[in-house]
Amino acid sequence: MSAINSAHSVVEPSPTSKHIAGAIVILYALITMVPLAWIFLTSIKSPPDSISYPPKVLFSPTLEGYCNLFTTRTRQTPDYIAALPAPTSTCDEVTRKRNMVIAGPSNFLPRFVNSLVIAFGSTFLAVFLGTLAAYGFSRFKVPLADDLLFFILSTRMMPPIAVAIPIFLMYRELGLSDTALGMILLYTAVNVSLAVWLLKGFIDEIPREYEEAAMIDGYTRLQAFWKVVLPQATTGIAATAIFCLIFAWNEYAFAALLTSGSAQTAPPFIPTIIGEGGQDWPAVAAGTTIFLVPILVFTILLRKQLLRGITFGAVRK
Amino acid sequence: MAEIRIENLRKQFADFTAVQDSSFTVGDGEFLALLGPSGCGKTTTLRMIAGLELPTSGKIYLDGEDVTFNRASARDIAFVFQLFALYPHMNVRKNIGFPLLSQGLPKAEIKARVEETAKLLQISHILEKSVSGLAGGDRQRVALGRAIVRRPKCFLMDEPLGTLDAEFREVMVHELRELHNRIHATTVYVTHDQHEAMAMADKIAVMNHGIIEQFGTPQEIYNLPASMYVADFIGSPPMNFLKFTAGVQRGSRTVSVEGVEIALPEVHQDIAVGELALGVRPEHIRFNDSSALRGSVYGAEYLGTNQIVAVETGKGLLKARVPADHTFRIGETVGLELDSEKLSLFDCASGRAVKSSLYTEARHG
Ligand SMILES: Nc1ncnc2c1ncn2[C@@H]1O[C@H](COP(=O)(O)OP(=O)(O)OP(=O)(O)O)[C@@H](O)[C@H]1O
Ligand SMILES: [Mg+2]
Repeated sequence: MSAINSAHSVVEPSPTSKHIAGAIVILYALITMVPLAWIFLTSIKSPPDSISYPPKVLFSPTLEGYCNLFTTRTRQTPDYIAALPAPTSTCDEVTRKRNMVIAGPSNFLPRFVNSLVIAFGSTFLAVFLGTLAAYGFSRFKVPLADDLLFFILSTRMMPPIAVAIPIFLMYRELGLSDTALGMILLYTAVNVSLAVWLLKGFIDEIPREYEEAAMIDGYTRLQAFWKVVLPQATTGIAATAIFCLIFAWNEYAFAALLTSGSAQTAPPFIPTIIGEGGQDWPAVAAGTTIFLVPILVFTILLRKQLLRGITFGAVRK
Repeated sequence: MAEIRIENLRKQFADFTAVQDSSFTVGDGEFLALLGPSGCGKTTTLRMIAGLELPTSGKIYLDGEDVTFNRASARDIAFVFQLFALYPHMNVRKNIGFPLLSQGLPKAEIKARVEETAKLLQISHILEKSVSGLAGGDRQRVALGRAIVRRPKCFLMDEPLGTLDAEFREVMVHELRELHNRIHATTVYVTHDQHEAMAMADKIAVMNHGIIEQFGTPQEIYNLPASMYVADFIGSPPMNFLKFTAGVQRGSRTVSVEGVEIALPEVHQDIAVGELALGVRPEHIRFNDSSALRGSVYGAEYLGTNQIVAVETGKGLLKARVPADHTFRIGETVGLELDSEKLSLFDCASGRAVKSSLYTEARHG
């Protein structure tokens, strides 16, 4: 009995190798999480703590970074501040301790909203167009299909900075510079190649018989696509959406070059947060922390699909 | 219900001809089996009838109406795919009701028709189950349910039993035939299994390399094979051929197979001297020591009620199906007598059967 229990199975990894694998994964996770933890800790430090050397691990946390991120402030004399009515919020209080008063909201919130609109908008468009194109490539005889697919992929081979100048000039002529529409179109164009390639793999795996059955059962091809193919492609669509969203959300080069004002996204905005007498590191860290949240939430919500998306092709259904 | 008629149907994939000038008619309520080896164009023929593939040339008529270029959705046909193509994101009820949904029927009627269909197929108890967990036979029944729920003009089935194990296949063969007897839907059934075709079909079309070799009832196909190919494809073991070189005249009643005179049904055709083949089914061979046709026993296969005895005659190996009560020794010399009423004669050059009193011209194509 015990001999059977201790015998190694051919397919199951042994407990020892499982433990080793687990340890490696945990170690790797710790290494990658240290910078994130450091950013979060910095975001709740006071500006002097954030630049003290050696770095402080123990400190008294404060919301000053978040207050500074969302507001603009002006310096006042202690007498002026003393004469003000009692502070109405934590941020008022924190700011007054530094002999400053809140002058108004900062640009962070509009920049963050820009990021949301541009990233989700372009993701939606890229996935929508990518699904249709992938279905077409998968199911119909497209003339020069292989060349077209390669061309679509090749648009992703060039570093963005190589095409930045022509795009900058083109956008200026077209009046798309510093507009949300311009950024959505640009990110869609970049992402659609990824979307077509990923989704074609997923749709190729869905047998044609499903649509043929639906068409024989009285549906048009479009209805069959909508009712039979799409529901089975949801995994692929979710995985593709995450990849597209991560790209559009994190994109820095084009955003820095093409947006400067009303359409500026968060990535080029966050590093420009300047405090008194230099960079306001807690505010920058607070901006980064908040910036991480949407991707985190989206990824957690779709983590199953994402995993399958990464391993697609490796495991057959 | 309807009649399916195809005329000179042809399908070309690039320079490969998958189906060549096929013509046949499936009468209203008839069950046709398209039978042939893998790659002979059965599925392609079926897909053209369904409208999933457009023919290169030829016509398809449904109920007299030319539907050659109609969309699949406009033909009112049901198709059962080999792998069933049950929608994995829907449960059994939704799968069966899906064709009705496209017709915009009221919910209550869909529900009633789905339940009626489920009852007919005895799958009422699994209506709410997910299709992905179903056993092969139940998947099969759900696929059938999705086909019959719409009461279409006709059914097309592409090897629907291909994935089931042998034991269950037999059960389903009976179920399918019984279902057909009850609803009398015009059916075209594709299979490469002669037993399925024989057991179920009213008519069989035997295909080979895109050509319909013979179209007829199972009895005609078996007893009066129109070509050596059909004779060899049908029956297990298949028809024996005794090859010899001779010519035959209209009215002959015997042929001389290398010196042995063998009686056969009256020949109705003149054939110039050439290679001919006498075709005889294993069950039409008897052992008779006084017979002039002799050979030595090569092997015997015991099958319980009977046995298959292989005899080397010098003109080819003959397999005889005889009662199991006699034991043969390997190498033993035996005399063979052929049932002269049941013999077929083939012209080896064309592979076609020679017309005779057994084969009247009207009965084979
Ligand atoms: N879309 C296609 N393009 C090119 N050739 C095809 C296509 N569809 C079928 N063929 C070829 O046509 C021939 C007939 O195919 P078909 O599927 O009709 O055979 P089948 O009789 O159904 O065989 P099986 O028993 O294997 O299903 C095959 O040789 C196949 O390779
Ligand atoms: Mg086939």
